[in-house]
Amino acid sequence: MSRRKTDRLLHLVVCLLATRRYLSAEQIRKAVPGYPDSDDAFKRMFERDKEELRELGIPLEVGSDDDDSGYRIPPQAYELPEIHLTPDEVAVLGLAARVWEQTNLAEAASGALFKLRAAGIDADPAGVSVLEPRVGTDEPAFPALYEAVRDLRPVAFDYQAVGRSGPQRRRVDPWGIVSRRGRWYLVAFDRVRGAQRVFRLSRILGEVVPDGPAGSIVVPEGVDIRKIAFEWSDQPAERRPATVRLRRGAAQGLRRWATDVRQLDETWDLACLSVWDADWFAASLARFADDVVVLEPPDLREAVIRQLKGVLS
Amino acid sequence: MKPATLRPVTSTDRLTRLLALVPYVMSRDTVSVTEAAEAFGVTEKQLRDDLNLLWCVELRSPDPYCPIDLSYEGGDITVSEAESISRPLRLGADEAAALLVALRMLAELPGSLKGETLSRLIAKLEAAAGEAARTSGQMSVEVDRRSGALGVIQEALEAGRRLHLTYYVAGRDENTTRDVDPMRLLVVDGRSYLEGWCRRAEGVRLFRLDQIVDLVVLDAAASVPEEAEPIDVNSGLFRPSVADVRVTLELTASGRWVADYYPCESVEERGEGRLRIVLRTPDPRWVRGLMLRLGDAGRVVAPADLAGQVRADAERALALYA
Repeated sequence: MSRRKTDRLLHLVVCLLATRRYLSAEQIRKAVPGYPDSDDAFKRMFERDKEELRELGIPLEVGSDDDDSGYRIPPQAYELPEIHLTPDEVAVLGLAARVWEQTNLAEAASGALFKLRAAGIDADPAGVSVLEPRVGTDEPAFPALYEAVRDLRPVAFDYQAVGRSGPQRRRVDPWGIVSRRGRWYLVAFDRVRGAQRVFRLSRILGEVVPDGPAGSIVVPEGVDIRKIAFEWSDQPAERRPATVRLRRGAAQGLRRWATDVRQLDETWDLACLSVWDADWFAASLARFADDVVVLEPPDLREAVIRQLKGVLS
Repeated sequence: MKPATLRPVTSTDRLTRLLALVPYVMSRDTVSVTEAAEAFGVTEKQLRDDLNLLWCVELRSPDPYCPIDLSYEGGDITVSEAESISRPLRLGADEAAALLVALRMLAELPGSLKGETLSRLIAKLEAAAGEAARTSGQMSVEVDRRSGALGVIQEALEAGRRLHLTYYVAGRDENTTRDVDPMRLLVVDGRSYLEGWCRRAEGVRLFRLDQIVDLVVLDAAASVPEEAEPIDVNSGLFRPSVADVRVTLELTASGRWVADYYPCESVEERGEGRLRIVLRTPDPRWVRGLMLRLGDAGRVVAPADLAGQVRADAERALALYA
């Protein structure tokens, strides 16, 4: 941004903040230095300036009272309300800004600290801390989906689900995004299937494109995006006991969850595990190779055998 | 209205800085040019130019009028008149989201920070952000709350005490014991790690809190040697090294999830939902367990001896069911 343009925009903000009445474009042109003489050129430049102010988050109001119509910036909509923080609150604030370092939200975090600093709050994101929190936003679909969520805008993308032979086009109303263990998930209403769905950002192929106007989504009242994303099992599966042999001195990973572990002979311990989905547990137990043998129940035993044969197929 | 797009970190917009500068000085009565330049991350020369721009603001109509009066004589800035721009601009949706989502995540950490401080701060920011706080409610970062070790480690860090760990190493399916002098707690992408000087390995090591089987705070004082270099969390916790083994896997459509879970050097679509991926690892033993978990959903392409070991593992295991 050139110095001249910065200067003009600064004047524009000061002018529109200072006025109580709405100012017409012509009145603004007279008050603010730097606009060109030609009417057309002025119009174009003024349009761009308004756009720039809105992008900076400056609340430009269009309206009319009595016989004036035009523009103004209402101070109560512009100004950051009074905010007073205690020293320990300020310390935590600095830590929060660090969470997004080197991500798509880093600029937003430092912008927020800038404004709070201007309000007299000196949060220091570089302070020394024994706690170091970070959240990444590396997934290529993140920026577009974050913006769609923020702007309440429907989007479309190609999605490669696990177990599918190819990607499918999905058209959705984004409700929110959540992160678990370094991976971001989109919670959305699938407009083709007419139901809520959860998408993993890493499985979105190619670009996320707008599929409707901004502001056209209504997120239903009381929607808990975390609950939708992570509590998907509809029927709480029934837990069953399983009896397994564990090689003595091995299968440490399983012993953390096992109960009633007792010695069977020189080589084996006997232990009890609590399982639900046989196929899922078969995969987790197969991982321990010949350090684990399932005795009961028969369907889990069969599933492990199938799993191991699958490795050899 | 065109939505603002997320940009990578750039120098803050000058207009934003100009608008913040006046309230910044006013909320402090007076500030030196040096201090203000530092606070805004610009040179003193740039800052003086900013002040000149502000001082020169003159509205020409209906009557000529200068709304801002300030001086920086002797290197100290004072603002005597500013009316309309005496308060900073409100937080935008992105700004409110960045702070509030991060704070709500920190508030979930078990026994870590003072919960009351966090909830007070969150409430104050929500009130200040107003409508702009909406986006933050549609975004959330989950932290692993299962580990009770976090509070104990934090206490040990504050008291400067050594820890005795029983730590599960999944790759070798082994419980190991060691003394560790704690350095920091890292909470990265929702997972918590203890960073410390491992006295057994004589090096800085990361320990995932959910893999700590047992933890004792010792009476001995922690003594982290000077050469202990904290890990630069910005460049990723785990970096491949030249000594790593390259492992090539072929995955079916139902084994694709592996590419989501493990950092891959390359991922190649092979049609019908199949993938060929290359992983780098210092110790490929864990891959054997992974392949047994995958069953017929994946196979090792290279190295050949690893593929042979996986087959042998499966054969030995199957023999026990014969």
